Amino acid sequence: MARRPIDESSLVERFGPHLVYEPPGGWRSEAENPAEKLVQTHCCFCGQQCGIQLKVRDNQVIGFEPWEEFPFNRGMLCPKGVKRYLQSSHPDRLLSPLMRDDSGFRSATWDEALSFTAGRLQQLQQEYGRDAVAVYGGASLTTEKTYLLGKFARVALGTRHIDYNGRLCMVSAGTAYKLAFGVDRSPNPWSDIPLADVVIIAGSNTAECSPITTDYIWRSRDRGGKLIVLDPRMTPITRNADLFLPVRPGTDLAVFLGMMHVIVRDGLANRDFIEKHTIGFNAVAESAKIWDPATAARVSGVPPEAIEKAARWFATAKRGFALHARGIEHQSKGVENVLGLINLCVATGNIGREGAGCVMITGQGNGQGGREHGQKCDQLPGQRSIADPEARAHVAKVWGVNPAEIPQAGYPALEIMEAIHRGEIKGLLSICFNPLVSLPDSNFIREALEKLEFFGVIDFFMSETAHHADVILAGSLHEEEEGVAANVEGRVIHIRQAVTPPGQARLDSQIICDLARRLGRKEGFNFREPREIFDELRDASRGGPADYSGITYEKIDRQMGVFWPCPSEDHPGTPRLFEDGRFFHADGKAHFQVTEYRESGDPISEEYPIYLTTGRVVSQYLSGTQTRRIGALVDQYPEPRVEIHPRLAKEHGISDNDWVRVTTRRSEMTLRAMVVRTIRPDTVFIPYHWPGLKSVNRLTHRTVDPRSKIPEYKVSACKIQKA
Amino acid sequence: MQNTKSLAFFIDPSRCIGCEACVNACAECETHRGYPMIHVDYLDRSRSTATVPAVCMHCDRPTCAEVCPADAIKKTEDGVVQSSLKPRCIACSNCVLACPFGIPKMKSELEQMMKCDMCYDRTAAGKRPMCATVCPSQALAYVPVDEIVRTRREKPVNVFFFGKERVTTKVFMMAPLSVDAFDVDIADFIWEPES
Repeated sequence: MARRPIDESSLVERFGPHLVYEPPGGWRSEAENPAEKLVQTHCCFCGQQCGIQLKVRDNQVIGFEPWEEFPFNRGMLCPKGVKRYLQSSHPDRLLSPLMRDDSGFRSATWDEALSFTAGRLQQLQQEYGRDAVAVYGGASLTTEKTYLLGKFARVALGTRHIDYNGRLCMVSAGTAYKLAFGVDRSPNPWSDIPLADVVIIAGSNTAECSPITTDYIWRSRDRGGKLIVLDPRMTPITRNADLFLPVRPGTDLAVFLGMMHVIVRDGLANRDFIEKHTIGFNAVAESAKIWDPATAARVSGVPPEAIEKAARWFATAKRGFALHARGIEHQSKGVENVLGLINLCVATGNIGREGAGCVMITGQGNGQGGREHGQKCDQLPGQRSIADPEARAHVAKVWGVNPAEIPQAGYPALEIMEAIHRGEIKGLLSICFNPLVSLPDSNFIREALEKLEFFGVIDFFMSETAHHADVILAGSLHEEEEGVAANVEGRVIHIRQAVTPPGQARLDSQIICDLARRLGRKEGFNFREPREIFDELRDASRGGPADYSGITYEKIDRQMGVFWPCPSEDHPGTPRLFEDGRFFHADGKAHFQVTEYRESGDPISEEYPIYLTTGRVVSQYLSGTQTRRIGALVDQYPEPRVEIHPRLAKEHGISDNDWVRVTTRRSEMTLRAMVVRTIRPDTVFIPYHWPGLKSVNRLTHRTVDPRSKIPEYKVSACKIQKA
Repeated sequence: MQNTKSLAFFIDPSRCIGCEACVNACAECETHRGYPMIHVDYLDRSRSTATVPAVCMHCDRPTCAEVCPADAIKKTEDGVVQSSLKPRCIACSNCVLACPFGIPKMKSELEQMMKCDMCYDRTAAGKRPMCATVCPSQALAYVPVDEIVRTRREKPVNVFFFGKERVTTKVFMMAPLSVDAFDVDIADFIWEPES
C-alpha cells in the first residue's frame, strides 16, 4: 500500500527537487516593480532563528533585507538565511491535496483528501485498536502547531504514539538538563558568551551549523578569552582555538571524566558553591578517580597534557562557559556526555552567572519551543511529564476532557518506525518530517514505510518520505502562518505571516483542526487563527517549567522576544536561569549525576576498523527538503564527499577526488574523497543532507541512548576502499 | 586615519569561516542582482579550513584605473573605486592582471569588468554594505573606526608594500598589534631550484 506508486525518477521530474536561482519575475523584476512591504520575521531554518525582513509584492516573497535592530543577530545571516526567500513561490511548491493513483499522484479536493484521511485512520483504529496509528511532528513548526498536534493525537485520535523529529536533535541535551537542573532550556542568553574568559565548545561544528554564534565566540576572544574545542575534526571554528582536543569519536565522556579527575585531584572545585547549591558531588568525584589523564588519553586519543590544561583553564577561569551540540549528543551515551560536561560546570560554579554557564546549541528552528508543548511522546504542554497526575488534571481541564482520556507516553520516533516494521503500528500521519533521509539505517526505514496500511503527509514540498504516502495535504510554509518559536536561548519570538498560502494550499493549523472535526471532535478544534491557539497554549502551560502564560504577541514585539518562564503579563521574562542559586528541582539544588563510560553500539573491529561520523555543511539544512531546491546553496556543496586524512588515504591508495566505497555492517555507498589533514586519521566524515544512494544514513545504525532515545549518528564502524 | 566616529570597512581573515554568506548576499544587491562581485577562497583546504574573503580594497591610487586603456574605472570623491563603466569598458582584462589584491573579475558574458563598489547604492543611502551586514563572523565589518579599535584584539592597517610599491587603501585589514604595514616581499613567492 505504501510502496512508491511509480519509479522515483518520474516523481522527481514532477515534484523536484528543481533548482531555483532567481526571485519570482527574475533578477531585474524588483528594480522595475519594487516591494510593497517589508515583513519583520525570522529565518525558517536553524535554532538561531535570526531576525530577517522579507520583501513582499503581490503576495509573493521577492527578496530580503537584513533586520539590524533584532538583538540576537543584528542583521547577520548565513548563506541559508540569505537565500531562504527563494523557497517561496518555488515551482515545486505543493498547491493542492494529492492522492495516490496508478500514475503516481493526482490532485484532489480538500473534502475528498480529508475524508479519506479521517476515514482510513478511523478504520485502522477500529480494526487494530487506538494505538495502531501514530503521529509524527516536526521542530520546524511554530509552537502553536506543535501544541495543536499534541492535542490532536491525544484527544482527536486518542493514540499514545506521537513523537517528533527533535528526537534526532535535542533530546540527549534535554534529558541531561532535566536530570541536572530540573528544566530543559539553555540557562544563559547568548549575550553572556562574549563575557566568558574560557569557552569550551564540545561536539559542535558551530561555524557551519549555527554560524551566527561564531561572532559571539570571537568577541570573547577579542576580550582575551581562551577557546577550547573538542571534536574529531578541525571545523572552521577551530581556526582560532587556543586548545584543540582531537577526540576519538564516541569517547568525549572520557575527556570530561579526565578533566573532573584533575579538578578533584588538584582541589580546583568550587566547594562553597557545591555545598550551598548542589547534591551528589562526592559520588561524581569518586567515579572520576579511575580517570586519571593518562587513562582518559588512552581511551580518547587526546594528549594527557591537553586534558590537564583544559581542566585547569576551565576551573580557574573567573567565568567559564560551555557550549555543546550533536557531536556529543548523537551517541548511545549522549545523555552521559552532556552530564559529564554539566558536572564540570557545576563543580566549578560556572552556572547561573553572567558570562558563566552551560548551554546546548539547539539545531532545528523551533527545536526549543517545539518540544515544550505536547508533540514529544512523554510530555504535556508547559514541559510537564505526561505521567504526572497533577499535570494531566491541569491539561485535561484546559482541553475539556477527562484526565483518564489522555493516553500515557507512547514510543519515541525511531521506535514508532520499528513498531511499524513489526506490524504493530499500521497507520501514520506525518507533518514536516523526512525520516527516509533523517533516521538511521534508511534501508530499514524504507521497508517500514512500505508496510504501512495508511500513510498521510502534511507538507509544502514533496519529500522523499512523502513518495510513499497515500495522501499528501498541501500545508503552509514558515512565512505563510503566524505563530511563535523559541530560539536557542529560550527567547520566544514572533513568526509573522508575510504571505498567504498559494493555490489550494492551506494553513497547517486549519488542516489539523478540520481533520479533528472529521474524526468526530466537534469541540476543542474550532480555532479561527493561530492567536487563539496561542492563548489556549498559554493556559495549558501555566504553572509548568516552560510557563508561557505571561507572553503575548504584542509583548514579544515590544521586547524583541520574551524568555520563558514568564508566569504573568507584568513579568519581563527570564533571560538567565538559576541566578538566585535555586534550580528547578523540588529541593532547589543542582543534582550531580554519575556518568558511566561504555562502548558505542557499533564498535570498530578487524573487519570494520575505521570510525564513521556524520554531520552537516553550511549551505544545506537537515534532510534538504527545502535547501536542495535552492540553486546557490546546492552549487556551494553539490553532493556528499567523504573526508579522509592523507595518512589513511595513502594506506588505501586513495587520492583527493577519487571514488571511494564506504561500507558498514548495514550497507555501502560510493562517493568522492576529500583528502584533508583536518580529520583524525582513524575517522572518516560524511555529511547527511541527501537521499537515496547519496544518503549516509543507509550506513548508520539504530542503536539509541537508553534514556533520550537519540540515535548514534556520530559513531559507526566502517571500512573503506578505492572504488 | 579619518574621523574615528565615521564608518569604515574592515577585513579580518582570521575570523572568516568560509560560509559564503557575503558572496550570496552580494548577489542580492539591487544594482547587480544575480552577480556576486566578491569571493571567498580556501588558502589550502587539504591542510586547513582557513578561508579568506576578498572584497575590493579601494586603493587611494587604484592600479586598476591607472592601467585601464579606456579610462573606464572611476573613483568617487569619497574614495570608492567603482566597477568599469559599461560604455567605456573594452573587456581587455588589464585591470584583472594589474590589481595587486586579485579583485576585479571579467564577466565575459557581459563583456565588462565588475567588482565590489562597497555597495555604493546602500552606503550612499546610509545603509551598511550587504556583505558586512550579514557576515556571521564579522570577518567583514562596517563599523566606526573607534569601535573596531576598542573591541578587537587586532588593529586596523591600510598600508601594503608589494616590493617597493607602497599601496594605501580605503579598506582596512586587521593585523597583529606589532604590524604597521603589510610588507609583502615578492621574494617569498619566487620559485628557485633546490641546490
